[in-house]
Amino acid sequence: MKAPDFDYCRPGTLAEALSLLAGADGEAQPLAGGQSLMPMMNFRVAAPEILVDLAGIPELRGIARQGDMLRIGAMTTYRELQDDPALQAVPLIAMALPHIAHDAVRNRGTIGGSLALADAAAEMPALMMTLNAVIELAGPDGPREVPATEFFLGYYETACEPDELLVAVRVPVAQPGEVFGFHELVQRHGDYAMAGVAIRATGVAPIAGLAVGFFGVSDRALRVPAFEEALTGTDGSEAAIAAALPKLDAIEFEGDTKISAETRRHYAGVALKRALKEMLA
Amino acid sequence: MTRDARITLTVNGEEISAVVAVRTNLVDFLRHDVGLTGSHVGCEHGVCGACTLELNGKAVRGCLTLAVQADGGTVTTVEGLADSGRSDALRAAFTRRNALQCGFCTPGMLASALSYIERGGSDDRQAIRDHISGNYCRCTGYQSVVDAISDVIREGDGA
Ligand SMILES: Cc1cc2nc3c(=O)[nH]c(=O)nc-3n(C[C@H](O)[C@H](O)[C@H](O)COP(=O)(O)OP(=O)(O)OC[C@H]3O[C@@H](n4cnc5c(N)ncnc54)[C@H](O)[C@@H]3O)c2cc1C
Ligand code: FES
Ligand code: FES
Repeated sequence: MKAPDFDYCRPGTLAEALSLLAGADGEAQPLAGGQSLMPMMNFRVAAPEILVDLAGIPELRGIARQGDMLRIGAMTTYRELQDDPALQAVPLIAMALPHIAHDAVRNRGTIGGSLALADAAAEMPALMMTLNAVIELAGPDGPREVPATEFFLGYYETACEPDELLVAVRVPVAQPGEVFGFHELVQRHGDYAMAGVAIRATGVAPIAGLAVGFFGVSDRALRVPAFEEALTGTDGSEAAIAAALPKLDAIEFEGDTKISAETRRHYAGVALKRALKEMLA
Repeated sequence: MTRDARITLTVNGEEISAVVAVRTNLVDFLRHDVGLTGSHVGCEHGVCGACTLELNGKAVRGCLTLAVQADGGTVTTVEGLADSGRSDALRAAFTRRNALQCGFCTPGMLASALSYIERGGSDDRQAIRDHISGNYCRCTGYQSVVDAISDVIREGDGA
């Protein structure tokens, strides 16, 4: 199908975009890469009155190293991330990028769009939680920051209000000795994951400073502190993983038309084992 | 704020200026307004890859890009790829390897494959399969498509 009719505008500054959103009384929606919003509009599950195209706003662009953080503008595409040498400082993102959609989608899809959309099966939200990134927002009352671990609230629901824009995300760069793991189970390369996991640890023998972000398991990306604690201090062996897995009871695994909640739970364990094994190898 | 917009863009080397409804996507604009019917339209939600074409030197989904978003840009369709000779080796390999039957997926498949080849993609069959996983083909079973792409990479005259 085709998208329904709408008004279109392309502001040249962040302030102009924010005032357009504020003046539209919830009828306006930001357009980033359009790689999720356009399908939703073509399916007519989304029908915004006004599209505010963010493509002309310089404040939303650019990748910059700021001390121990990499600041990534919301309108940075996956492709720009893949091509930027600065990304070597955040190996976990580099590991995940080839698994996000397909080349033609990565050429337009943006990190800000993925985080603002908060698809439960998307990689970026889980990566940002695992890395303890900070999300920068701007709204009518000025800028504010939200830790990624507090940003994702439910199905397509985030701390970003309708009159706010996601401006950038600040991601801590890898520290010496830090290691990362990533694995997802998909039906075809580039599909949304049936279950996936991103891992960060400050040490491996024994495992220390562990963060594990799950995606494609429930209504949002999430971490399970009790599970991270149970694996910390262990050697990450099959036995240690088996002992920690019951802590995933804290997750409300969701089933859908493709797979049941039980299968998802099983897949989450499989993804975890594979990611850990590769990380510790 | 506008429901119609004047856009000016370069399509296959030719400057085109037109007024479009802002809801018109790029591939519909090219097919219906410009008359370039080479790019195909399948799913209209980004999944099948039939509409894949080049915008500002990068492969994009024509169905997920609005024509107004291409304002000021440079578009190359499958017709432009052929006219400039860029897709010659690939088209020859597709013919030789029987990499198309009905041909519906072919324009998108060529655009996708070319972006892989021109970025220095390896001839590893799994890597090629991963790259074209965003392009559906209901006829060939992909085997011959992978054959054709890896032929061009090995011959080294496609890049
Ligand atoms: C075939 C296909 C396969 C895909 N596979 C995957 C996959 O495996 N993994 C994955 O993660 N994604 C996948 N995607 C989705 C893709 O990653 C999208 O690009 C991404 O989810 C949204 O980014 P976007 O820039 O396109 O945002 P848009 O589609 O433009 O916007 C998405 C939403 O975010 C809002 N928004 C955008 N930017 C901002 C901002 N700066 N501030 C506030 N709100 C904003 C919009 O209003 C909209 O509601 C796939 C898409 C397709 C078509
Ligand atoms: S028509 Fe665009 S991807 Fe199917
Ligand atoms: S040749 Fe028929 S869909 Fe590919």
